[in-house]
Formats: sequence, structure tokens, C-alpha cells
Amino acid sequence: MSEAHPYIPNSAPRIKKEMLKEIGLRDVEDLFSDIPESIMKNSSLQLHPSRSEMEARLQVEDLLSRNVSTREMTSFLGGGVWPHYVPAAVDEIVSRSEFLTSYTPYQPEVSQGMLQALFEYQSMIAELMGMEFANSSLYDWSTALGEAARMASRVTGREELLVPHYIQPDRLETLKTFSEPAGMRIVELSQDRRTGAILDEDLNQKISSKTAGVYIENPSYLGFFETGAKRIGELSHEKGALFIIGADPTSLGLFAPPGELGADIAVGEGQPLGNHMNYGGPLLGLFACNGERLLRQMPGRLIGMTMTRDGISMAFTMALQTREQHIRREKATSNICTNEALCAVAAAAYLSLMGPKGLERLAKTIIANSEYAIQKMKGLEGLKVPLFEAQHFKEFVISFDRTGPTASRVNAELLKRGIQGGICLGNQFPELGQSALYCVTELHTRESIDRVVAAMKAILEERR
Amino acid sequence: MTFKQARWEEPVIIERSSQGRVGFSIPKIDTSSVNIPTELLRKTPPRLPELSETEVVRHYVRLSQENYGVDLGMYPLGSCTMKYNPKLSDRVVATPKIQDLHPVQEDETVQGILRILYELSQWLAEIVGLSKVSLQPAAGAQGEFAGAMIMRAYHKQNGELEKRDEIIVPDSAHGTNPASAAMAGFKVVEMPSNRQGCVDLGALSASLTPRTAGLMLTNPNTLGIFESDIIEIAKLVHEAGGLLYYDGANLNATLGKAKPGRMGFDIVHINIHKTFATPHGGGGPGAGPIAVTKELERFLPVPVVERTGERYYLDFNRPHTIGKIRSFWGNSAVLVRAYAYILMMGRDGLEEAAEAAVLNANYLARKLSRVRGLELPFPEKLRKHEFVISAAKMARETGVTTGHFSKRLLDFGIHAPTVYFPLIVEEAMMIEPTETVSKQELDETINAFSRISEEAYTKPDVVRNAPANVAVTRIDEARASHPKTMQLTWRQKTRPA
Repeated sequence: MSEAHPYIPNSAPRIKKEMLKEIGLRDVEDLFSDIPESIMKNSSLQLHPSRSEMEARLQVEDLLSRNVSTREMTSFLGGGVWPHYVPAAVDEIVSRSEFLTSYTPYQPEVSQGMLQALFEYQSMIAELMGMEFANSSLYDWSTALGEAARMASRVTGREELLVPHYIQPDRLETLKTFSEPAGMRIVELSQDRRTGAILDEDLNQKISSKTAGVYIENPSYLGFFETGAKRIGELSHEKGALFIIGADPTSLGLFAPPGELGADIAVGEGQPLGNHMNYGGPLLGLFACNGERLLRQMPGRLIGMTMTRDGISMAFTMALQTREQHIRREKATSNICTNEALCAVAAAAYLSLMGPKGLERLAKTIIANSEYAIQKMKGLEGLKVPLFEAQHFKEFVISFDRTGPTASRVNAELLKRGIQGGICLGNQFPELGQSALYCVTELHTRESIDRVVAAMKAILEERR
Repeated sequence: MTFKQARWEEPVIIERSSQGRVGFSIPKIDTSSVNIPTELLRKTPPRLPELSETEVVRHYVRLSQENYGVDLGMYPLGSCTMKYNPKLSDRVVATPKIQDLHPVQEDETVQGILRILYELSQWLAEIVGLSKVSLQPAAGAQGEFAGAMIMRAYHKQNGELEKRDEIIVPDSAHGTNPASAAMAGFKVVEMPSNRQGCVDLGALSASLTPRTAGLMLTNPNTLGIFESDIIEIAKLVHEAGGLLYYDGANLNATLGKAKPGRMGFDIVHINIHKTFATPHGGGGPGAGPIAVTKELERFLPVPVVERTGERYYLDFNRPHTIGKIRSFWGNSAVLVRAYAYILMMGRDGLEEAAEAAVLNANYLARKLSRVRGLELPFPEKLRKHEFVISAAKMARETGVTTGHFSKRLLDFGIHAPTVYFPLIVEEAMMIEPTETVSKQELDETINAFSRISEEAYTKPDVVRNAPANVAVTRIDEARASHPKTMQLTWRQKTRPA
């Protein structure tokens, strides 16, 4: 390059020359004389030339402007990533460059801020889940479930995990990828077609001395609650298996947390806690467990409260590192290193702002809004909503079986009217027929719900 | 340079809580009709803080001031590539046009982001010299796991998985390598490196057997030395029927100089938060895309971003895929930042980055090797992006160890290097200055090292008792993990000291 580069201070030719001279070299190429020529000559980059910040910004902004965000159209998509309000204070806190541009806190004395924030995060997630311990994050709910399965297998020495049939497909697929090399088998549990509850007889039949863990979701992927959770947990324990519950943290200000239902391990998705949807990533894997025996097998980083050596001040540092890859190598409880620390800080800030009252209000608002949508949609001829007869939270299934158009046709028609409909379930669960999963949160106004109901009415009538 | 980090003695946030305070505002709607069956309700409310927004913001801003980041200064953490993160990258993702995109929106509403992801994967494939990229892995270690799963799928397809159950990892490798191989169901065979941390061809030949599934390697190695025998290494591994995996942690040195694909690697992971300058967020989120040869493309995790004509889409229809490794499609907000970075850098900028990173490392290595008590092993060898210096002599002569030395660096406003790694160097300090520091900063760093050395030889207690100028003095780490004193949440009763 002929000119200096804005992020490369020593690219200024005069400085570069001076530095080379000080180490006894003539040319930059001399620094690479140890690379075999056959490699070097084929390694130049066939890429565009550098661009100014202004040009790059305009190009990225132009490309992004071609997206239609859920701010510009009403969307009813959820199913693993959900639209929630992110308070301005949360965005502000995670933009602090001292947090944003720091590495993993390997030097605790200069990283107290991040460490304390993560300790607070662990405490809040443990409180929310009703569990004893929480780690300082995994990648997302899917990988948290994969890790939970492997942990259950390590602890029990068994190789089967029972999971509900109506599980989110990414979670099931990720679980399979994680568990297969550990020699595990995933067995699906049947659920009642009317209420969604796991069928006792099926569970009794499938649970055995091979069962490492039983996993349920509360609320489920399809939005309904499992009323038999406690019983399932008791049965799991009778059979020597661990009980694992996946939960939506925005429900936990109001609904019974995994700990109160008897879970040994709790997992979930922390994105709704102050993190934007960001087209599905980064996310925030929640992971909590009970008891020191499980704690020793836990994947991921843990932050502990301690003291300075002089015994004067409270301080924080990474704890139980002997579980981790940088010390235990192939015997580590997981390979995870870089995690989702900043998303965890966002969650801590979010939960601090919301407090117990805010979370309860949030859960009630979500239910009130989704109930409103359900009631309005019930008025449309031919729709069955919700498909399952149970208490729902945030999400519910609409069946279009008794209407003319298919679920994807309805979505295509809605999109023409500036509305993104729910997730079509036909490919995931063919037995649910023409159906879609709708998500309603605190962001959905009555007007936006009225609009989708009016649009659906028009679409269904037009097709008749 | 004088440095004082803020010291707020900020209590744990729950201690600031006052009943009745709120920091939220939610639209007021009538929720009186919400009637939940009692058995589904929570019995005890979670013990979360009750605070106003002001208090929450002050708490976390104070905490941020007790945290050291790249924007504050030198962060020479070896193998972590803590380069400056250009601000444009953060600016371009602070928009609803990415923040408020849901991952399963109809394709026609996400053509912009899909195009960005598609082009980024093309660029990354070119940069590492391989055929196709998956952007899915959430971090480098997840890239390693995906790569090891691809090895598994490849050998399974060849009907050899039963037999090929070993992955060879050098003893100087990053800890994630053996951990990822083990997670993918392989036995890990540790291979001794030679004194320079390089592969010993004899040891490699001895390790390669019909059981070998592959070898995981980083080049330049953890001592910052380029494996000049890499072509021969690749040949040996391939002849033995194995695959060669590239740990991208040290990619920064090779941009435009030595593409991993040209060195003979079959699978590569790329640490976006290292080489491509996205902020590391105090431990994440990062992104760890993987690139593979043409032969291995079919095994990539689903989905892959594809295009037909001018239309971009996610391709799930890949029958030989290793499957899904996470929810949805990847850490998009991180990947868009990298797109902006590569867009600005272009081929000339990236090559300049590699050159300046290597120049800075060699300059610093040469100068630090002259500091009393410090030794640079193999001083005649060129370094790439990083180097390892030993404080063994100083430890013997003064009792000041690498541990003490690194803590004293904090007092000078310099983040400590990676310490006691790799294990093949006694009292190791692994130093990676990156291309984004100036000569002045390097010289200030050299001065700080010299002053600390002088202290070690004249008043060693100053070094041994460091740090003094940062948020807290030396921490009792053992206490944090001891069963009697361990405290991992505020749910546990505080245990007596």
C-alpha cells in the first residue's frame, strides 16, 4: 500500500522502514521468507480493493435497507427467537466499549466489571429458573440442550434421552448432532393430540434403566404448558434418570420455574432478555443445575465471588476451571471457550430493570395480548384456535384445516398486505395439517392484531 | 505512562434493591382477565433487584469502568488477536434492518442480509483458499466441533469410521482442539512437538496409523513460528488416509501470504472475532465459520446460503450434511460486522494487516529479548503474528515469575499476555501485539517491560505484590473454587471468610 491505513498505524512508510531497519531487515517480504514459495505464490487474495469508510457504510446500509424488518410489517413469528422490547438502557450498557471490546476475563484484577456483571447474571438466572447454579452462558437453547443431554449421560452412565414429540426442530436436530458421537439415542414421547400433554402410558413404556434423562419444555414449542411436569419429574427420579426442563425466561415471572417442578437441569433461550433478534444470532443459551455433583459436570464458564488475597475487598474470578477445555483438554465437560458473555450482560441489565414486578407484568401482558388475538381469531369461520386445549403462553397454533387455503397460501396473502404470518407447521408436524404457530408478545398492539384478523378474514372469504 | 483503573467498590446489584422501585415501563393494558390455573403458577417470586433505571445504568457503567478493553490500550493476549475493532462495524448493525429481523421471515423480505452472508462466505473461502464456507458455528470451538463432525461423516461415508477413531493433536495445541475432537467421539492422540513447537516429522509418522482420522494443527504454531514443513506434513496425513484440520486462531499472520488451502488443509475454522476485528464482548459473542475442500462440501452443516441468479436463499436440502449444530443460521450480527470490515480492508488492507502484525511482533520480540531476565527462544527464527518469551531466568535470579510480571504489567495500563502457555516454554509469556498498535505504543510497552525487570532485580516485592493501580489487588483464586468458600450466585448464603 502506498498510503497509511487508518487502523494500521505502522503502515506509514517512514515508520515501517524505521522498524524494519531496527530489526535488521530491508523489506517487508523478508518477514515472510520462512513461507515456502509454492504456498506464497498462490496465496495472494482475489478480492476487491480497499474502500473508504464512507463507501463501505453506504454499501452495507444499501444492502440492509433491502430487508423488511418486523418494525416495518406486523410479524407473528416466534418459535425460538421472539420479538420483545429492548429497553434503551440495555443497548446503552452493552455498548460501553470497556465491556464490548474486552476479551474473556483471564486477568481478573482488570476485568472486575465483566466478572461481577456475569456473577449477577448467574444469580439472576438461578433465581429465575429456581435452581441452585447457573453458568455464565452457552451459545443458545439448542446447544444448551445438547450439552444437557451429554451431561445427563455422563452423570448417569446411561445413553437414552426422552424428548417430547412437539419439540422445536432446530433443537431436536442440534440435540441429535451433539448426542450421536456420545453414543446416545433420542427417543420421542407421544403427546396428547387434544391437550399436548405427554402421554403417561407412552412415558411409562419408554422410560427404563437406559434412560439418562427426560426432557420436557414448559411452555412447549407450540405454546402450551405441560400440566404433568411434576409427575414426570418424579417418575424420572424413580427410574434414576435426570429431569431436564426447557423454559422461556419471560414466562418465569409468573409461571412455575423448572426448580419448583423438580428439574435437575434447566435450559432455555435468553434472547428475549434484552437481546435483539438479529436474524437469529447471537443468541444466549441458559443453563442451570442443582447440586454439587451436577455442578462438577457442568459445561461452560462459571464466575465466583471471592476476596482479594489481603482479605480486604470483595472480588470476582472464574471458578471451577478444572472442568474446562483450557485445563482439562479432551477430558473437559465441553469444548466451549468463547461464549455469549455480552448477551449475558444484556440479560443482567434487562432483569435488573424489570425486577420481579416487571417480569410478572410482562408475562401477564403477553398472555392478555395473545388471549386477545385468540379470541378475535375464534370469530373467524373455519379457524380452530388454539389447536391445543391448554394454558398457552406467547404462542399458539392456528389450524386452517377447515378453511380453503393452505397455511403457506395464507402467509403469502398476508405478506401482500404487509403482514408476516406465523411459522407454517406442515413440514415439521404433518399430522397437525394446515397449521401455523403464531407468536404474540408485549410488542403487539390491539390495532396490529385487529389488522391481521381483518386480513385473515378477507383472505379466507376471498377463497371460499 | 501512569494508569489508575476506577475502583468503585460497587456492591452486588441485589444489595442496592429497594422494594417498590421499578426500572421498566410496559404499556398499560388491562390484565385483570388473565387467570392462570394455580398449579401452573410460581410459588416464590424470583429474588431480582428492584431499582430505577438511573440506578441500574450507574451500576453497570461503574462496572464497565472496572473493565479493561481494547479501546483503552495495548492488549497483547497471545493467540487471541485483540486488534482494534473499527467503529463502523458496530454502527452498521445498530439498525432495525438487522436487529429486528426474524430468522424465519419469508426470503423476499431478507434478501439484503442473505446477500451479505452469501458474499461474506465467498470472501472467506477465497481468503483461506478453500471451496465452500458455512457461517453457522457460534465460535471457534464450535467450528472445531463441526470440523471434527465432518471428519466423522467423511470416514463414515468411506466405511472407515469404525476403524478411524483417532485424532492427532500436538501437545502445544489450544485446549479446544482435543476437547472438540473428543466431543465428536474421537480418541485424542497427543503428539509431542519439537523444541520449536513445530511438528516433528518423525513423531508425526509414528503417530499416523490406520486408526488416524485426522490431524488438528495451527500454522503459524503457538510459538508464532511458521511450520515450513507443512506441505510434507499434509502429504503424510493424506497418505495415511487422514484429513488435515486448520485451527484459525492464528490466521491473522497469513492473510494473502499463506492460504491454509494452499498449505494442504482440508477443513479450516475462522475466528471472526479475532482476524476480522469484531468485538469480543468480554467472552463472546464471536463467530467461527468453517471452510472445506470441494470433496467435503456435502457434509457442511445445514443450512448453507446459496443463490440462483439474483435471488438468495437458505439451502436445507443437503442429504449428506452433518446436520444442525445450533439454532437458526449463525451469529448474523457478528457476521455483518465482519462483512463491513472486509469490505473496508479489501485485499490490500488485509495483506497490509498481516504484514504489520508480523512486523510488530518481530520488532517487539527483538526488543523484549534484550530486557534483563527475559529470553526469546530461537532468536534466529522469524516470528509471525506472535511470539513466546520466557521469564525463567528472571524467576531463577529474582523470584519474580511470569505470574508476578504479568500482574505488574496491568499497573502500567497494559493487558497481560497469555501466560504459562504453551507449556513447552518455561515461564512463558505469549505476546501478540496485532497490526493495530503504533510504534509508540510498542515502545511504551518495551519501556514498561524494562522498568518491571529493573524492579524485579532491585525491589522485587513491588512486582510480587502487583497489581496496585487497578480495581482490586491480587485475587484469591483458590477461594473461588474451594468447596467450603465457593460462591457462584447470591442464592447461596454468603459463607464465612
